Amino acid sequence: MFAEIGYGILAITFVIALYSVGAAIYGDRKKSSAIVESARRAMLLTWPLISLSAGTLIYLLITNHFEVSFVYEVTSRSMPTYLKVTAWWGGQAGSLVFWSWLMSAFASLVTLRKWDRDREFLPWVIVITSITTAFFLGLVIFYANPFTRFWQSLDGKIVTSMFAPLNAIAFFPQDGRGLNPLLRHPGMIIHPPLLYLGFVSFVIPYAFAMAALITGRTDDRWIRLTRRWTLWAWLFLSLGLVVGGRWAYDVLGWGGYWGWDPVEIAAFMPWLTGTAFLHSVMIQEKRGLLKHWNMILIILTYALVLFGTFLTRSGVLSSVHAFAQSAIGPAFFVFIGATFITSIALVIYRWPELRSETEMKSMLSREALFLLNNLLFMSILVVSFWGVIFPLISELTTGQKITVGPPFYERATGPLFAGLMFLMGIAPLSAWGNSTIFTLGRALWKSAVAALLIAVFLFFTATKNILALVGFFLIAFVLLVTLVEFWRTARARQKTQNENFFAALLNLIGRNRRRHGGYIIHLSMMLMAIGILGIEVFQVQTQGTIAVGQSLSLSGYSIQFKSLASWDDTPKGVNYTRAVVDIYKDGTFLGQLAPRKDYYFDSQQNMTIPGVRSTLKDDVYVLLVDWQPASANGATFKVFVNPLVNWLWIGTIVFLFGILIAAWPEREADYALAHSKNKAYEPSSAD
Amino acid sequence: MRRPAGLSGVYFEDRFNYDSLRDVLRQVMAGAENTTEHGMWSHEMKNQLRVMLYTLTIALILAALWVVKASAQNPTPTDDEVNRIAHQLYCPVCENTPLDFCPTEACRQWRDLIRQQLSQGWTEDQIKQYFAEQYGARVLAEPPRTGLNWLVYILPPVIILAGAFLLFRMLRAWTKPPAASSAAGSAKEAAQDDYVARLEEELKKRK
Repeated sequence: MFAEIGYGILAITFVIALYSVGAAIYGDRKKSSAIVESARRAMLLTWPLISLSAGTLIYLLITNHFEVSFVYEVTSRSMPTYLKVTAWWGGQAGSLVFWSWLMSAFASLVTLRKWDRDREFLPWVIVITSITTAFFLGLVIFYANPFTRFWQSLDGKIVTSMFAPLNAIAFFPQDGRGLNPLLRHPGMIIHPPLLYLGFVSFVIPYAFAMAALITGRTDDRWIRLTRRWTLWAWLFLSLGLVVGGRWAYDVLGWGGYWGWDPVEIAAFMPWLTGTAFLHSVMIQEKRGLLKHWNMILIILTYALVLFGTFLTRSGVLSSVHAFAQSAIGPAFFVFIGATFITSIALVIYRWPELRSETEMKSMLSREALFLLNNLLFMSILVVSFWGVIFPLISELTTGQKITVGPPFYERATGPLFAGLMFLMGIAPLSAWGNSTIFTLGRALWKSAVAALLIAVFLFFTATKNILALVGFFLIAFVLLVTLVEFWRTARARQKTQNENFFAALLNLIGRNRRRHGGYIIHLSMMLMAIGILGIEVFQVQTQGTIAVGQSLSLSGYSIQFKSLASWDDTPKGVNYTRAVVDIYKDGTFLGQLAPRKDYYFDSQQNMTIPGVRSTLKDDVYVLLVDWQPASANGATFKVFVNPLVNWLWIGTIVFLFGILIAAWPEREADYALAHSKNKAYEPSSAD
Repeated sequence: MRRPAGLSGVYFEDRFNYDSLRDVLRQVMAGAENTTEHGMWSHEMKNQLRVMLYTLTIALILAALWVVKASAQNPTPTDDEVNRIAHQLYCPVCENTPLDFCPTEACRQWRDLIRQQLSQGWTEDQIKQYFAEQYGARVLAEPPRTGLNWLVYILPPVIILAGAFLLFRMLRAWTKPPAASSAAGSAKEAAQDDYVARLEEELKKRK
């Protein structure tokens, strides 16, 4: 009964979402605010309704209703309740419900704001967000229904369908198959929600952009209205990516966090356009340039959000033919195509009105450098997109399956990332409007020389690797430029305002949070770059089979095998095999690690849990690969030493801090205006 | 083909002459020291024959030494040697999973195969080629540079360069506004534009 209720509610919500689309368009054409209000209220209904339906799905999940095929696929009796709840997004059908639920939540949030000055946008924001919600609800209702059940016909065949087929009785499996053990890790529990939050919140700036195009109010109002949404979207998407990487590092057992897998790239591509968008909207706000380009960027981001969901959900990656067989693939394809073409058509229609208000004055001005930044982000996008798409094209045209793996991406994107780092170093010191090679050079040369000295020092003490040296030079350069900028402006404020240095620094950040939040994010990116460079260039590994008492050694570390135990945890349905190893560095005992292999009976899958000793300098990462069950005296270990990788996670925390500074709601505008009179110090290139 | 120095002459003329070689060998087999069906062996020919035989022997010994040395170095290849190659290959069954950490039974067997091939003295390239021939190009980390696959490598740089070119053109056009256009609008219009622009600026600040 619950299954019917859940499904029924979704079907009703689908109709309501379509109604709100229709009513909003009709209300706008008839200039009737009452009809638009009706559309808004209809849209506000979708979230409680989807919540109710999701509630029934969660109820089915936690009460072991295995006659529902989705429940059977993602849960089992041995799973704890919290995992049964999170299994909601552990499978295709459930995750699409989750997507629509988040989408309607964000759409509701945005329509709850005061619309006084932006009435004309409202109907079109409703249209865009409701169409997106309706599309995902439609997928759930027609193609990937989480409420279908098992039925047994008279001849014993078991089928799944929503409603009872003729002459069939309900079939109740004893137990479910259980969630893929890899998805039971905390990282995988929060990774999809973060990613989806990032995805759906990017729909909001897109909806406003479309509203601006349709209504013809093409000034930068839509950008100002959605600035904070964009930042939050970017925060969630970035965190989603990092948490996904951390999850891979902790459970996938290959000693890394990022493998240029198409599924990873699917989430990375909207991040690239989103990041380019974050930067280039500033040019429009400050200088009234690049209006076309910002529209195109947000349209691309929306398309890539859908495309990313499509890549991971349609099965197209395992084979183009799987895509053709799944009903969901073509539906996605049509929707992405239709929204993309319509959006681009709108941009072309409004092309003359989107002309720039001012001229670009210098090739070294901040806006010109931002454009270069956009070019680099787009280039990384082109490489990523083509690397994901080409195997599909190859399979379609020649039937030959090929792999485009990490070497391709690393070679192609390495120089582009280096270019971005270089820009991160020089752009903050260039001025809006005008900069010359002399003004820039004067501001930069000290930091550049200091960074060069650091690189030379590293050459003589640490590494002769040219790639690493270039990387560390760039990192040092950006860190120095940014820190010096903080120091310089805080000192200036300290002098004029008679504050102590830290008060001056805090006030400075508070006065222009977007700018300084951005700088802190740049700093965090450099900390992450230290980690990435460390593991990319200096990772070493070894593997060997050793008996108890013997050791493996790797770059100064020695890993001694102490013991191995294997036992069943019947209530949990898991068999654990756990090895204990001692870690020594140059003969000094450092501690014990316990790499594990967990075997899950319900899903018949292994999960490899590494033993990791993590320091700022490096991670010792030990995996239990294999063992001799009979004698239990020999086991195979794989050991990685991952230098500097911890800086990646440290950088993430700094990143979070920076983006909170940039995105936290401002004080009331009027209040800020009243206080802006005592502008004793303001940098020349404000913001 | 590089010719060893002492072997030019009878059967190495411009190209390898199998007929003369057969003749020479026939003579050797027959043990004909002084006479052949072609007549007497010249002194020069005998010398050449001796040089050839010595060279062959040395080459054989060298080859044998090389094999022995290789197998002494590689009695059983270590896991690291296997993984180094396996890492460059992809599981032919699972998508995008390097062979060195793929947990499936099939991949374990493939790794054992690599170990076997290594112990037989196969080179890295030979092993990679073997897998590519057996399981298709998808086991390679990058598509082989042939035919349609060239597109993978060519298209992104072409698009990026085109983008860079476009951007450069745009920047140059923007930074050097044509003098004619500024003269086009009347002075009054320009003044009004200025005023409107300033008004916009002020409004922006207040928003």
